[in-house]
Amino acid sequence: MFQSKWTYIGAVIIAVFALAAIFAPWLAPYNPYDMRLAEQLSLPTLEHFMGQDANGVDIFSRLMHGARISLSVGVIVVLISGTIGITMGLVSGYYGGWPDTILMRLVDILMAFPGLLLAIALVSVLGPNILNVVIALTVLGWVSFARLVRGQVLSVKEREYIQAARTSGQSDARIMVVHIFPNILSPVIVQATFSVAGVIIAESSLSFLGLGAPPGTPSWGAMLSEGKQVILEAPHVSIFPGLAIMLVVMAFNFLGDGLRDRFDPKSTIN
Amino acid sequence: MLLYIIRRLLLLIFVLFGVVTLVFMLIHMIPGDPVDIMLGDHAIAADRKLLTENLGLNQPIHLQYASYMAGILRGNLGISIHSKRPVTDEILERFPASVELMFGAMVVALIMALPLGIISALKPYGIIDNSSMLISFLGISIPNFWLGPLLIILFSIQLDWLPINERGGIEHLILPSITLGTAMAAMLSRMIRASLLEVLNEEYVRNARAKGLPERKVILKHALRNALIPVITIIGLQVGVLLSGAIITEAIFDWPGLGSLLLDAIYSRNYPLVQGCILFIATIYVLVNLLTDLTYAWVDPRVRLE
Repeated sequence: MFQSKWTYIGAVIIAVFALAAIFAPWLAPYNPYDMRLAEQLSLPTLEHFMGQDANGVDIFSRLMHGARISLSVGVIVVLISGTIGITMGLVSGYYGGWPDTILMRLVDILMAFPGLLLAIALVSVLGPNILNVVIALTVLGWVSFARLVRGQVLSVKEREYIQAARTSGQSDARIMVVHIFPNILSPVIVQATFSVAGVIIAESSLSFLGLGAPPGTPSWGAMLSEGKQVILEAPHVSIFPGLAIMLVVMAFNFLGDGLRDRFDPKSTIN
Repeated sequence: MLLYIIRRLLLLIFVLFGVVTLVFMLIHMIPGDPVDIMLGDHAIAADRKLLTENLGLNQPIHLQYASYMAGILRGNLGISIHSKRPVTDEILERFPASVELMFGAMVVALIMALPLGIISALKPYGIIDNSSMLISFLGISIPNFWLGPLLIILFSIQLDWLPINERGGIEHLILPSITLGTAMAAMLSRMIRASLLEVLNEEYVRNARAKGLPERKVILKHALRNALIPVITIIGLQVGVLLSGAIITEAIFDWPGLGSLLLDAIYSRNYPLVQGCILFIATIYVLVNLLTDLTYAWVDPRVRLE
């Protein structure tokens, strides 16, 4: 029960943020670029209940617009890197041999760069903007999908129903897509859920370091980096964007955990 | 064991070769002329020519690659653009600060994770276990570029207990270490719990209890020691998280380590230094992983047969 309650809480938090992101242009009380320098760094009030940042912009409105960036980058990167990773994993796990060797050695090399290092390296040469962040995080992200799917394929491909499909003369592509993929889908969904959380943190980390969204963009990471400049005079600027990141990331982690338990009841026992 | 070590070393050489190749390619991925980007629009022709020659960019690419490789084998990572000093020197100067920070983070992580993990495993699904589960969810989800500022707000600004920035005595190390170590603590405490729970069902633990050993001894001497074996791997893998997290933590606290060196190099478009830092960090990570795997194979002989 403990688990499933948190799963629902996660789903609800994600839904709230998704709605805020979608309807931000209509729901946000202020324009997220509307500077009021006379009101800079003002504390939360009834009109601006999260206060205003160093340019006097309403923090709540910026947060709502920031949700658009964080969530869309999260989902887009996971969709692209998931598709690439799943395809690579299916092919290399199913055929084995040299495609598998090449893939695994490539994975070894990419895994030699810890955490965000490769993304930082790529963005530093490609230039800091959202598109390059998506590219860099995709390069980083497909590896975990490929490894996961490859392992799953290896364990599934010798099963009888796959042998049966093969003997009945079905094409390799059809076997992979119709027979193998649906049977390994649940761990992939769990992985995708956790990945969205990871990508959201990664995107905001890059933006925090000045390697993501260009300055002035309402992105959560960039807001935290601006907040750090004024942390002595106006700590409130740092508090809300971080809270938003943490809530969303935690929500995706709760959801991923819950889905894993649902798909694989064995994992709850430990 | 020897065969295992040889196999791992061959793989290591291959991976390092790939890493160097990737890092070499970075400078060629810059859209436009790298020399223009590094020197800016106002550079005079002589400076441009000099830098082009220094970087070897006037040579065909395979020669560039060969000389880059040859340089690295001799420990030469090139010359830093602004200071004109060897990249290797600049890196080695900053490395101790990063090691200090990572060491601090690891200590923080173990201090938090060991008691939490052990208590959670002894009383699974109890109050402490459930709250430690929630705490680890928080610890994993809290971005360290938020935790850092929060700690600064609380301990440096409100309470005025600890200094904010820069390296110094132990009191300077506390906040950055907590910032960097929390996520690791969260992960470790759950690992220790799961691993200990599994071991507690083993026959040798029942045996130790049956022969009348005090519970304390059973847990600490018989169960925990075995439970920590898989935890070694996690600690090794977490060094990567620390290396990468240190970049952000150093940016928050103006910590003069490798991470801030890398970021400064990126901001000033000092690409030889960027390449050097990335190569260095990746190499450290690969070596630590190798060491972890070898240790693991040494404590648990089953691994070698894989």
